[in-house]
Amino acid sequence: MKLKDILALPECRVLAEGNPQREISRVFCCDLLSVAMGKAPADGVWVTVMGNRNTLAVASLTDTACIVLAEGISLDEGTLAKAGEEGIAVLATDLPAFDIALEIYQAGFA
Amino acid sequence: MSEQLTFTYSIDGDDFTRAGEASSSVKNKLKMLGVSSEAIRKVAIAMYEGEINMVIHADGGTIDVSVSDDDITMVLADKGPGIPDIDKAMQEGYSTAREEVRSLGFGAGMGLPNMKRFTDEMQIDTVLGEGTTITMKVHL
Repeated sequence: MKLKDILALPECRVLAEGNPQREISRVFCCDLLSVAMGKAPADGVWVTVMGNRNTLAVASLTDTACIVLAEGISLDEGTLAKAGEEGIAVLATDLPAFDIALEIYQAGFA
Repeated sequence: MSEQLTFTYSIDGDDFTRAGEASSSVKNKLKMLGVSSEAIRKVAIAMYEGEINMVIHADGGTIDVSVSDDDITMVLADKGPGIPDIDKAMQEGYSTAREEVRSLGFGAGMGLPNMKRFTDEMQIDTVLGEGTTITMKVHL
């Protein structure tokens, strides 16, 4: 599955596009940054409700391809600009974490 | 024979929004040096955990990263309170972080265990009331 297939999901608002051609490895859900730091897969889609600057730092250091913010959570403009610079996609949705993770999984991995 | 490269970073205490800048910079430098992405990931994760620890517990410190043909060595030195019980601190889930730190998604007691997991060698030298120096190596 490529990132562009996730960017096209109707429930998601694209806040930063990343590289649409990037190949996605897995879907990963976690809100504790300490745990995500050790477990987030490279090239993964990371679904979380933790939206702060450190979320982006963890995504960047773990080579996450795309952050999906669930439950209507967003990121501030400065952090989104940095995501753009680093080529990390950021999406936002009003759906709960499980629902959007399942949807992504069904769109590309099922 | 090649020359050993060393990068030094000063970590600002109590500034969470900037934690990660040093690790990010090292990550980019290692990429330019052609280090494997697996080794870069290990260094970046271990160093970021160390950076966060320095901000949470020690009011900052310094990090030296040296790159040789065989390994990458990170030396994290702070003048914080020291670690009273290293065995406890190494247990996953054991944490002494403040509530505000936890609300940011950190302080789950994974820092030191992650640092150990993602490096090939790790040594902790700590003196109560004087500070802690952690040396970590990732083999290339």
